[in-house]
Amino acid sequence: MPKVSMTVNGKPVTGNIEERTLLVQFLRENLRLTGTHVGCDTSQCGACVVHVNGIAMKSCTLLALQMEGASITTIEGIAPSPTELHPMQEAFRENHGLQCGYCTPGMIMSALDIVRRKGHDLDEHTIREELDGNICRCTGYHNIVKAVAAGARAMAK
Amino acid sequence: MTATGIGAAVRRKEDIRFITGKGQYTDDVVRPGETRAVFVRSPHAHAKIKRIDTAEAARMPGVVAILTGADLANDKIGNLICGWMIHSKDGSPMKMAPHPAIASGKVNHVGDAVAVVIAETRAQGRDAADKVKVDYEELPAVADPAKAQAKDAPQIHADIPNNTIYQWSLGDEKAVGDAFRGAKHVTRLDIVNNRLVPNAIEPRAALAEYDAGTDNLTLWNTSQNPHVARLVISAFVGIAPEHKLRVIAPDVGGGFGSKIFIYPEEVVCLWAARKTGRPVKWTAERSEAFLTDAHGRDHVTHAEMAFDGDGKILALRAKTIANLGAYMSTFSSSIPTYLYATLLSGQYGIPQIYCEVDAVYTNTVPVDAYRGAGRPEATFVVERLVEVGAREMGLDPADLRKRNFIKQFPHQTPVIMAYDAGDYNASLKKAMELADVKGFGKRKRDSARHGKLRGLGYSTYIEACGIAPSQAVGSLGAGVGLWESAEVRVNPTGSVEVLTGSHAHGQGHETTFAQLVSERLGIPFENISVLHGDTDKVQFGMGTYGSRSGAVGMSAIAQALDKVIAKAKKVAAFMMEASEGDIEFKDGKFTVAGTDKSAAWDDVALNAYIAHKFTGAELEPGLKETSFYDPTNFTFPAGCHICEVEVDSETGRTEIVNWTAVDDFGTVINPMIVEGQVHGGIAQGVGQALLEGAVYDKDGQLVSGSFMDYSMPRAHDLPSFKLGLTETKSPSNPLGIKGCGEAGAIAAPAAVINAITDAIGTEQISMPATAQTVWSALQRANAARQAAE
Ligand code: FES
Ligand code: FES
Repeated sequence: MPKVSMTVNGKPVTGNIEERTLLVQFLRENLRLTGTHVGCDTSQCGACVVHVNGIAMKSCTLLALQMEGASITTIEGIAPSPTELHPMQEAFRENHGLQCGYCTPGMIMSALDIVRRKGHDLDEHTIREELDGNICRCTGYHNIVKAVAAGARAMAK
Repeated sequence: MTATGIGAAVRRKEDIRFITGKGQYTDDVVRPGETRAVFVRSPHAHAKIKRIDTAEAARMPGVVAILTGADLANDKIGNLICGWMIHSKDGSPMKMAPHPAIASGKVNHVGDAVAVVIAETRAQGRDAADKVKVDYEELPAVADPAKAQAKDAPQIHADIPNNTIYQWSLGDEKAVGDAFRGAKHVTRLDIVNNRLVPNAIEPRAALAEYDAGTDNLTLWNTSQNPHVARLVISAFVGIAPEHKLRVIAPDVGGGFGSKIFIYPEEVVCLWAARKTGRPVKWTAERSEAFLTDAHGRDHVTHAEMAFDGDGKILALRAKTIANLGAYMSTFSSSIPTYLYATLLSGQYGIPQIYCEVDAVYTNTVPVDAYRGAGRPEATFVVERLVEVGAREMGLDPADLRKRNFIKQFPHQTPVIMAYDAGDYNASLKKAMELADVKGFGKRKRDSARHGKLRGLGYSTYIEACGIAPSQAVGSLGAGVGLWESAEVRVNPTGSVEVLTGSHAHGQGHETTFAQLVSERLGIPFENISVLHGDTDKVQFGMGTYGSRSGAVGMSAIAQALDKVIAKAKKVAAFMMEASEGDIEFKDGKFTVAGTDKSAAWDDVALNAYIAHKFTGAELEPGLKETSFYDPTNFTFPAGCHICEVEVDSETGRTEIVNWTAVDDFGTVINPMIVEGQVHGGIAQGVGQALLEGAVYDKDGQLVSGSFMDYSMPRAHDLPSFKLGLTETKSPSNPLGIKGCGEAGAIAAPAAVINAITDAIGTEQISMPATAQTVWSALQRANAARQAAE
């Protein structure tokens, strides 16, 4: 089995994997980072979003072998320390932007990417359009939209 | 109100693990030596299985076992069952066809399992499953419920002619007929309540492990009701005795009804785990979920409403064909009967109602409860009839509703339900103010200037929740009682664990249940934890669905807390050498009336366990109480949703521009969580009205079988919502709670369609009202208008 090496949440990792292993499988099954979820098989739901070299990508749509040398960040890797939350995580909690929590890691990772691309002052329309790749069945998005706006503002501080 | 008590918008305890990626969903659980189950599924809607050849597949790398329906039958594994008996109007019992966990002899829907491969990895399992050769003899199929009873329709199950499961009725047909004959105006509608796929974002999963040393089986399962799963799997399917089977439903990623039911896959995982001696895990892929999760709705209805000359409703009559799919799922029989026809009175005083329901088999995935379950279908019928009736009679739709609202409580409807409390005028009035209905005319003219058609639609819905009094549901055919259990354990240090038979899969019980305890015991919120979802910890429970966890589950906790306080008072009396009757308990402190003696909660808890102040003969040590709470009635949440849309007449595209919801949920424990439930419900209701539809072609292939073709509501399909509350307490439970989980999904579809039809000026529109559907309706209406001119 071929070998792959990458950095995940700041730590170097290596694995011998089957060619067809998806990045999300590698994260969940090999590294036991189960915060990244799988909600579909057609690249539609966004439950699997992680950052690859700082850019949001759907980890169900990438082969782990493609990630040779890449730097991956997952939901487990965004908080500044084990006892603190990232402002975007805090905003989701404060605004009740989650219910069952299954879509939440992908939502937060996508939200961070929206901030990276669109800045800290996000209007409702922009957030709704930019969340196009993430499906939530629980919240009706109302509070997710509020959370993303609040999180983006908090990140500017 | 305290900062963490009843009524406070406390932030959720459960959030930390979810936002940090530390949730533990079923697929996250890994057991040593775990294997993966991959199912071989039928590509045909209806076919005989002539031969299954597993020889080549069995030689594939990593294969541990391949099992078929014949193996299942050899091991005498029982069928899955439907647990609610419905009798036809001729008195005959419903016709329940056998539902084996793996088909043998014949497949009845696309996705029906024909074999399972147990392999070391999922990829190996898939490779081997591809090599399982199944010879099918295709049979004609029927997917459309309206065609299932036709003479030339293929019969799906032996001995069940016309694919008819039951022909049920409720109400007085003759009295309704008389009322219609005396009517001044009759409104008639043909309604298709579109078939939906629940699509919780966490796919269903099961992991089974067998311990040969103890002969115990453990199942981790995406379940809304692990105890009921254990009961059915042991008592009916016969996998293991109840005391040898532990079911754990850990974090569950949404359910909406679809995770209530007992499914073939968990049965197969348990059976295979014992057979192979290895843990067996199955996790649905989304496309597999589309073909195996119980779907929702799928009614074809003709409905009529009779009015007198003053716009008073005289009677309602409905005839519905309900599609239950290829097999009867766990509670499927009750949804289009006692959860549907009993709500056809809506918020109105309707003297006579008659409803007939034919439930039919088709070659489709089983259909069962989906958020609202029967009540959205009923609300759609009633609220469309009222709205269209008003338009036909030239009356204001809000005014017609007011004329017919029930104003006196209790109110006995002609369809079983006894409404106990409500104020329908209050929610309508408040919603109309919040939605600025007065300013609608101006907004409509503004829209017209931009070439847009603006419409406004009401839905004044009612639902029966807090499911349900055991005696009542027992008399209607339920195989179980629908009470709930709670155990309150006070530890020697005074911290509290609540064990509940309710199950949370997004509802935030760990928070709201702790709020109740914090308020009643006056102890810090952080000192309380709520445990659920494990049959080894909680003795029994009925689980979460039908907006029952507040009204029934929390009432059980309240009762157990009363018992705990009563016992703690006895302990305090011994401690302070006072008589029990003089002990008062308030804000976490016990005092002796008329003295300055007091004891803190923590001291009393410790004393209950060290038992130094009393003998065992006087009082048993310990502080732990259990309660089983059975409600005295359903609860009746109700409210008014107002939807305002703009339709682009060129493209038919509908945009929801305003949404107002005013709901009466009785007591609200945590307004933040309640609002979240309403948001989510509305989104699912809007999904049904505008976007979602499970489409089968005539051969029984599911055309909309993935998120590519089944349109899930996304953030940009929805507006932000304006919410308000009114409150009448439910008199049927000690907390006055009515329940909020389903309201949005129940109210929303009618509000959307009433708004669109108001905008486009024709009632001939079906759900989902996609741009194409609306555009076509506009073209037809224009053509008809031109022809008439
Ligand atoms: S799992 Fe990656 S988009 Fe759905
Ligand atoms: S919180 Fe459940 S899917 Fe988004």
